[in-house]
Amino acid sequence: MKKIIVGMGTCGLSAGAQPVYDKLKELSEAHSAVCKLGLTGCIGMCFREPLVEIRDESGRTIYGDVSPESAEEIFNEHVLGGKKIEDERIIYSVASDGTTSGSEVTFLDLQERIVLRNCGIINPESIEDYEKNGGYQGMKKALTEITPDEIIQTMKDSGLRGRGGAGFPTGLKWSFAAANKGDTKYVICNADEGDPGAFMDRSVLEGDPHAVLEGMIICGKAIGASFGYIYCRAEYPLAIARLEKAIIAAKEKGYLGDNIFGSGFTFNLKIKQGAGAFVCGEETALFASIEGERGMPRIRPPFPAEKGLWQKPTNNNNVETFANVPWIISNGAAAYSSIGTAKSPGTKVFALAGKVAKGGLAEVPMGTTIEQLVFNIGGGIKEGGEFKAVQMGGPSGGCIPARLKHTPVDFESISATGAIMGSGGMVVMDQSTCMVGIARFFLNFTQSESCGKCTFCRIGTLRMLEILDRITRGEGVPKDIPKLEKLSIQIKEASLCGLGQTAPNPVQTTIRYYLDEYKAHIEDKKCPAGECEALVDFMIIPEKCVGCTLCAKACPVDAIIGKVKEVHIIDQEKCVKCGKCITSCNFGAVVKR
Amino acid sequence: METAAKKESFNYRLWKYDGAPGELIPLLQSAQEHFGYIPRRAITYISGVTTIPESDIFGVITFYSQFRLQPMGKFVVRACTGTACHVSGAKAIINTIEDELEIEVGDTSEDGLFTLLTVACIGCCSLAPVMMVNDDTHGRLTPASLRKILKEYRRKGKQIAEGAVGTS
Repeated sequence: MKKIIVGMGTCGLSAGAQPVYDKLKELSEAHSAVCKLGLTGCIGMCFREPLVEIRDESGRTIYGDVSPESAEEIFNEHVLGGKKIEDERIIYSVASDGTTSGSEVTFLDLQERIVLRNCGIINPESIEDYEKNGGYQGMKKALTEITPDEIIQTMKDSGLRGRGGAGFPTGLKWSFAAANKGDTKYVICNADEGDPGAFMDRSVLEGDPHAVLEGMIICGKAIGASFGYIYCRAEYPLAIARLEKAIIAAKEKGYLGDNIFGSGFTFNLKIKQGAGAFVCGEETALFASIEGERGMPRIRPPFPAEKGLWQKPTNNNNVETFANVPWIISNGAAAYSSIGTAKSPGTKVFALAGKVAKGGLAEVPMGTTIEQLVFNIGGGIKEGGEFKAVQMGGPSGGCIPARLKHTPVDFESISATGAIMGSGGMVVMDQSTCMVGIARFFLNFTQSESCGKCTFCRIGTLRMLEILDRITRGEGVPKDIPKLEKLSIQIKEASLCGLGQTAPNPVQTTIRYYLDEYKAHIEDKKCPAGECEALVDFMIIPEKCVGCTLCAKACPVDAIIGKVKEVHIIDQEKCVKCGKCITSCNFGAVVKR
Repeated sequence: METAAKKESFNYRLWKYDGAPGELIPLLQSAQEHFGYIPRRAITYISGVTTIPESDIFGVITFYSQFRLQPMGKFVVRACTGTACHVSGAKAIINTIEDELEIEVGDTSEDGLFTLLTVACIGCCSLAPVMMVNDDTHGRLTPASLRKILKEYRRKGKQIAEGAVGTS
């Protein structure tokens, strides 16, 4: 019996997996004796979606860029004919003897998968699939074989550090919550993945929801909590739907509910949907949001381990942290701590995006260098561009320049560059990205997401944004840079939560590494990357212009001259740099220089 | 996507409210699901049932970006302004949408067909620049492909409108 599996994560669906699935459903139903159709989550190769995998006696074969038409071809040739389509479309295959090949073989073979162990392999909507791959074995061990203290000791020995960004040792965190006596305690899974440019948690929730549930139940046993919440952002409808299914299935199997495995331990779970506020990724703000309030952070101490959700002892971890837990309990602390570096053991999932050739998810041992991630796995820069910087840590992080590409990714090394590890978003930039523009972009984000509680975060970020706005408009003055630096320090020191304490990071790192670019904007009134509209000239590339006159019609000041079917020219004297010509052109002929 | 919040109606949720804390946000989400936005009367209902003052409810609504106090268009266009989309030219995409629909971010077109919003990240970074129209995601956008997609929605919208006239 051949198995046909379609990648149905959000990335696959937006690339067009649904019509492919529908087509294969129709075909496989007509040949139900030879094949069976299934679905899986994201395997990480988002750049070649939609993906279709065929599993048969020869092993696993994954085809990329599948359309409904090519799905039919694959079905006829491979499934019915038993002959692989030997071309570029096979992006990855594993033969029955374990040898791997395919056009994207390096993308997967250079990875080490613990968190993503099941993503793209199992059907996330089938608890049996998860069980077959060792699922709920870690929980069984934690509930029936070892004591809560031993669970916490194993977590401490593994060296796992929180994957939400700050990198606090997980075992230690659990021990704090365990030490606080109380009849009601809570386990919270933070799935409010708010960093723009990060989608690891979404993929785990969509691709392997049971791993997160299992991790939470183990945590509940360790700290003595019998109730858990998953706080998931409403922007992830598919993740929420799969979690709901997973919870129902786990209840039916007796993995959730009363007296699990006859151990006397009870654990129940509820999903809470976020309502779109970045600050709710901060744990005390998240508690306020679950309690139905405005998501504003609280003063610490008391710490959540003492008084968290509804003033009860609470332990809060991120999705990826929980997904590691079952593996660690099953395989032992030593197996985990042997991977990665001494201070940052284990693996980390990164979301590669931006100007990288192969955007997707990659899980690598800690200590892998930025260069290995961007070039060996990510395939370098798109369209032959030049690697300029990588942004890590989202709005709380910073830009690491290309010359520091040998930096290993672990908590300490990344912090030393001024960025932070963050949740794992890696946005790659090429020469066309303006660094003042990127600082402005992030500040605009944190400014609008600041909850308003602390004055420095609320007003300080606005002042910084105004300065950056001015610089990108070509109205900057030399005093602006020291002013930005001073404000950065003040905001960091006078803000209550992580949002304000890290909001100036993108500005500080870009000033640190790209002072020249700031100076070019302020002194020469030039944007070297050619991005800031007020500081560049709009031009038409003669080779690309077909003379359709659309841009001339769109121009509000009649600055574009040219006849039908002739190359058009922009009169720089008249041009007001509104950008209408760029958006009106269907041929990409208008550029900024 | 069918989630539990969508399956239970607003009325049912209000009816089964038992005073448990933390239910305000799910109630508001359900109201928005039901009405398409949160009308004044929904705030009054919720306040009446939960005894939470209307002013507090209003405070929560305005804090979270998901909630809307005005009705939205038939098609809600959410242009992604995440980091990956930003470096891949999201600005030109948003400018194009604004030009094509003749509305600005946050507004609804006069014919009630389109509402344009921005979203911080929809997690499809490798397909940047992206936008969502209602529940469908469109990736790898260019001004040209965008115009095609919007044209298609406009056509659909007209069909729905004409159909409605025909049946009424």
